[in-house]
Amino acid sequence: MEHVSLPALSRVAICGGTHGNELSGVWIVREMQKQQVEKVGSISITTVMSNPRAVEACKRYMETDLNRCFTDAILSAPVTDVTPYEVRRAHELNAQLGPKGSQEAMDLVCDLHNTTANMGLCVIFTTFNWISLHIYKYLKSVCVVPEFVSELFLLFSTAFEVGPQPNGVVRADIYNLMKEALDHLVDWVQEFNSGITFEGGEVEAYVFEKSIDYPRDPDTNELTAIIHPQLQDKDFILLKPGDPIFLSFSGETVKYEGKELYPFFVNECAYYEKHIAFHLAQKTILTIPSVSVEND
Amino acid sequence: MSSHNTVSFSEARRVAVFGGTHGNEMSGVTLVNLWVKNGAEIQRKGVETKPFITNPKAVEKCSRYVDTDLNRAFTPENLSAPGGDDLPYEVQRAQEINRLFGPKGSPEAYDVIFDLHNTTSNMGCTLILESSKDHFNLQMMNYIKKAIAPASCPVLLNEHPLLKYSTSRSVAKHPVGLEVGPQPQGVLRSNIFEAMRVILKHALDFIELFNEGMEFPPCTVDVFRVSERVDYPRDANGNIIAMVHPNLQDCDWEPLNPGDPMFQTFDGKTIHYEGAGTVYPTFINEAAYYEKQQAFVTTRRETLVASAIRKA
Repeated sequence: MEHVSLPALSRVAICGGTHGNELSGVWIVREMQKQQVEKVGSISITTVMSNPRAVEACKRYMETDLNRCFTDAILSAPVTDVTPYEVRRAHELNAQLGPKGSQEAMDLVCDLHNTTANMGLCVIFTTFNWISLHIYKYLKSVCVVPEFVSELFLLFSTAFEVGPQPNGVVRADIYNLMKEALDHLVDWVQEFNSGITFEGGEVEAYVFEKSIDYPRDPDTNELTAIIHPQLQDKDFILLKPGDPIFLSFSGETVKYEGKELYPFFVNECAYYEKHIAFHLAQKTILTIPSVSVEND
Repeated sequence: MSSHNTVSFSEARRVAVFGGTHGNEMSGVTLVNLWVKNGAEIQRKGVETKPFITNPKAVEKCSRYVDTDLNRAFTPENLSAPGGDDLPYEVQRAQEINRLFGPKGSPEAYDVIFDLHNTTSNMGCTLILESSKDHFNLQMMNYIKKAIAPASCPVLLNEHPLLKYSTSRSVAKHPVGLEVGPQPQGVLRSNIFEAMRVILKHALDFIELFNEGMEFPPCTVDVFRVSERVDYPRDANGNIIAMVHPNLQDCDWEPLNPGDPMFQTFDGKTIHYEGAGTVYPTFINEAAYYEKQQAFVTTRRETLVASAIRKA
């Protein structure tokens, strides 16, 4: 594959509290703001508390999930008196950090999340672009092995999803893991900006395929089963047809039917209301070119 | 060990199982909802066992509480407060529950109430005792511990004059708390769910045996007695400046010695425990306790003696 030259990444934004009860990002942003981290070498850093009211209330959101508000439809509709709080914030954040393609737009945005699922350190990207993939490749070589997932709905270009951690709790081990990954991301960007060439190669990635809901009572919509103990905490471990996925309250096992795929977001608290027990992904190999910063 | 005389209690005829005292502690909510639909599993000969959702509005919202913590609301002031609909929701609920299952302190009160809770702390299956002199409860806890051995269930005794609080279950003559974790709020984990179910099964078996006339000989019960509440380190403005240290996280019931790491500041420094002696921390990093200024609670080990008991 031919070498690719890309513009320098001089403006980086770090967002915490997109969900107000996912506390690692909240505290990382608070600490960075306390230390007045604004510049690291060639990079100017902007820290943002995305959903301050939800952070104050220690809730995922006040009226609607901020992390689902970044659609073209929502962002192009005018803001009125009855616009929900999170939609307003989406407009504000889009103006502050974007809009994409404008002179003032951030070159890279990293959104910090936690999950109750046992996903370890997971790096999520919306689209495959060479910068994202190289950051992932670099993190894989220096951190506890992260996973790379393409997600449908994302506030920004990059997210760190770290778990397991309950909502409303800050665990030091999870905080330290996320902080370390963030430090490495900033290191990579600095090295990139300084002119280092990063070799290409192959990276393994998980691509979202579909979600599975809990078995529910058809009349009341209440759950009739929960994640089976053999699936609980087994994110990114291959699920095969016949494997147990749910255990009903009366003790029956529900088995998986379908092609071999990788489960993730297994038993994520916030997804009960979205009717998702877990997501399933395909594993794929991506080839990436070598990259370096373009000379002015 | 002195056994004194055998203590008689009247048969435990009226038993309640509370779920949803905190609306986001899902094992109890789910179990009680199941048993309200079909209570066969919790019935025992000669016992009327009532499953009951104590805080339905909080359950609906999947939040800990609506106005105020129901599990702190059963104070004498609240239970006698006038004001009806103007009172906070949970105070109204406390009065209603006191009417249905109490009145607290009276001969008409329910014999036993089991209150089902979850915690984000790594407490395993903890039984919570409110009085060191409740020989009936001590014998029940001894029975449960033996029934699940070699698995363990620690007994937390909260008799502390300042730290003790007025729980939903305190309406009964014999209040029993079941605290099972770790489980995130709003999440249902299969292993936690089943563990709670098994503990309750043994507890109800004990009651049935007692009612049938079985005499339980004197026994000892190892407990952890609540000693002190430890808050997060805070700055001059009251903001938290550190997290539970990775060495202490998940180490409920394990000894914490003077000099051991206790907190880690957000910029990476360690704060050590500087108490006089070894303590046994629990409720380590419980989500709901950030607002109650509690990072963990320390306990001291003690062995209680329970007299022999039989039905009157």
